[in-house]
Amino acid sequence: MNSQVLLSQLLLGLINGSFYAILSLGLAVIFGLLNIINFAHGALYMMGAFCALLGMRWFGISYWGALLVAPIVIGALGVVIERLLLRRLHGLDHLYGLLLTFGLALIAEGLFRWGFGISGEAYPVPESLRGGVDIGVMFLPLYRAWVLGASLAVCLLTWFVIERTPLGARLRAATERPQQTQALGINVPVMVTATYAVGVALAAYAGVLAAPIFQVNPVMGSNLIIVVFAVVVIGGMGSILGAIVTGLGLGLIEGLTKLFLPEASAIVIFVIMAIVLLMRPAGLFGKAT
Amino acid sequence: MRSKNLSKKLATSAITAAIAGLVSIPAQAQISDGVVKIGVLTDLSGLYSDLAGPGSVLATQMAIDDFVAKYKPGFKVEMVTADHQNKADIASNKAREWFEKDKVDIASELVTTTVGLAVQKIAKEKNKIALNTATASTRVTNEDCNDVTLHWTYDTYAVASGTAKAMVKQGGKSWYFVTADYAFGHSLEKDAMDVVKASGGTVAGSVRHPFPGSDFSSFLLRAQGSGAQVIGLANAGGDLVNTIKQAAEFGITQKQSLAGLLMFITDVHSLGLQATQNMYLTEGFYWNLNDETRAWSKRFFDKHKRMPTMIHAGQYSGVLHYLKSVHAINSDDTQKVMAQMKKTPVNDFFAKNGQIRDDGRMVHDMYLLQVKKPSESTVPWDYYHVRATIPAAEAFQPLSASRCPLIKKS
Repeated sequence: MNSQVLLSQLLLGLINGSFYAILSLGLAVIFGLLNIINFAHGALYMMGAFCALLGMRWFGISYWGALLVAPIVIGALGVVIERLLLRRLHGLDHLYGLLLTFGLALIAEGLFRWGFGISGEAYPVPESLRGGVDIGVMFLPLYRAWVLGASLAVCLLTWFVIERTPLGARLRAATERPQQTQALGINVPVMVTATYAVGVALAAYAGVLAAPIFQVNPVMGSNLIIVVFAVVVIGGMGSILGAIVTGLGLGLIEGLTKLFLPEASAIVIFVIMAIVLLMRPAGLFGKAT
Repeated sequence: MRSKNLSKKLATSAITAAIAGLVSIPAQAQISDGVVKIGVLTDLSGLYSDLAGPGSVLATQMAIDDFVAKYKPGFKVEMVTADHQNKADIASNKAREWFEKDKVDIASELVTTTVGLAVQKIAKEKNKIALNTATASTRVTNEDCNDVTLHWTYDTYAVASGTAKAMVKQGGKSWYFVTADYAFGHSLEKDAMDVVKASGGTVAGSVRHPFPGSDFSSFLLRAQGSGAQVIGLANAGGDLVNTIKQAAEFGITQKQSLAGLLMFITDVHSLGLQATQNMYLTEGFYWNLNDETRAWSKRFFDKHKRMPTMIHAGQYSGVLHYLKSVHAINSDDTQKVMAQMKKTPVNDFFAKNGQIRDDGRMVHDMYLLQVKKPSESTVPWDYYHVRATIPAAEAFQPLSASRCPLIKKS
């Protein structure tokens, strides 16, 4: 085993980890601020990818346009879901939110399967990101390098807004003490809706990033969502930084497993989850309540 | 006199009616309840629902309609369908219920290896027929074979050997395998490896990926690092599609060739010709082979909005052959129908002079196909060049290599 092979696998792991990071970030934001376990996240990710595909086919929207349009469209759908459905579950046990969003995910997947079949369709890599460069250890497709950069940038931006800006401070206040925050003149229900919209917009953004790599199909989200939930649990439910760091870290570990014991690469994350839950039930970055 | 004549006439007609009745009653009784019930057990919603699934249900209905229209049988033909969700336990329960309670005579389609193997065991136990038109593994007619199971459309040996032989012959001597880590992938890999070695090629290694997967880049880089001329893909459906897509992304196809060991036209359709051009594959059916296949496929397309896969065509052929056999002997008795099916050659648009062997394998010609370049494709779904017809005798595993206990070795 030479170092070239090791480095290339680590890089691939990091790229996959950036998908985990951005998806688990959305979940963590939603759970942190709304206390909802958003099982529809995978379906919204899938719908983001379909947004890009159908936007191109029906309206001629380019990849770059889709990076903007898909999060807005799916974010708007998030507003509808929050206002019409999730709001009614406020104050109830987590299980209700989980069941509702899981049901929504099944409906969305069913509708897309009915409309487009299970095999899905290919979305082309944008012209300017085709090809790749030989970086010594491997041939790195330009598009994968872009995915790594584009997702890390958005992860850091989200973290910065929530943890370091006045808007983020209000959001956090609305989570911790909703009634007091409302009394101070901040419109808490609007903040909650906006947070859910941003969380699902992140999923849609990841969906567009994924479209040129993976086949766009109705189950692309459900293949990924379970892993992403494990990432959130390991990082600590609701921890923003935890979701980002854990996402990338687990991508790396999964990459190494693919190198040394490929058959186990699908379960390594769950083994780690079990160990973390035994040692630190609140997750690596979570605060015990 | 008049009344005597009348009573004589009445008596004659009564006797005639009685004789007719006597003749027709036992004939009716040959078909249990006067109904032949065909079960289609398939994946209606999951991974294989495009290449099998609802299309197979449609193909079955077409076979029934065509049979009834042509033969006007004295019995009714009914179809029942169920979604096994690719789970052997669900499939087993459904098959039991069908055979025990619902008087189903034949369970058909049975996509997914684990499902096929589970249902054929139950069919044997209940003495009903398992018509397997969709499962890939050669185990169906080898280790797990029995006298009530038919394997119709293709198997891992037929698809892997056709493609592997052709590629070794064209100079692809060294191979590396990317294999789905479950029964089907192992079976496909083994059958292909055997053929590669027997044809004078070498195997540089293989890597097994979890099923189902989504990112195959790590495995592809290992295949790339092996330096093998051909990367054999022993996976299917969404896994195969993503592997091919990502191989292009990593520039692998510039120096190495990909061999899709089990590819369906729906896979090529969803990937597009740009990503799949020049690839070789082996199938039991292609819609654009001749006038007969085009005519049937057009009827199928009008209802389904997609061209049929070989599974859809095989399902039609298998069900029609079953119904014709039931009609010929006027009985739905399992052993009698099996004997009739095996005795009669299969002749329809799917198979010409197809023969059912004692191990249950229906042998027919297979086709070595090559995916067209985008510029060569003139009409929608015009995807393949037919490079060779592999005669039935060569296409399938020879009986001399059979591991089926029903085959007596001389």
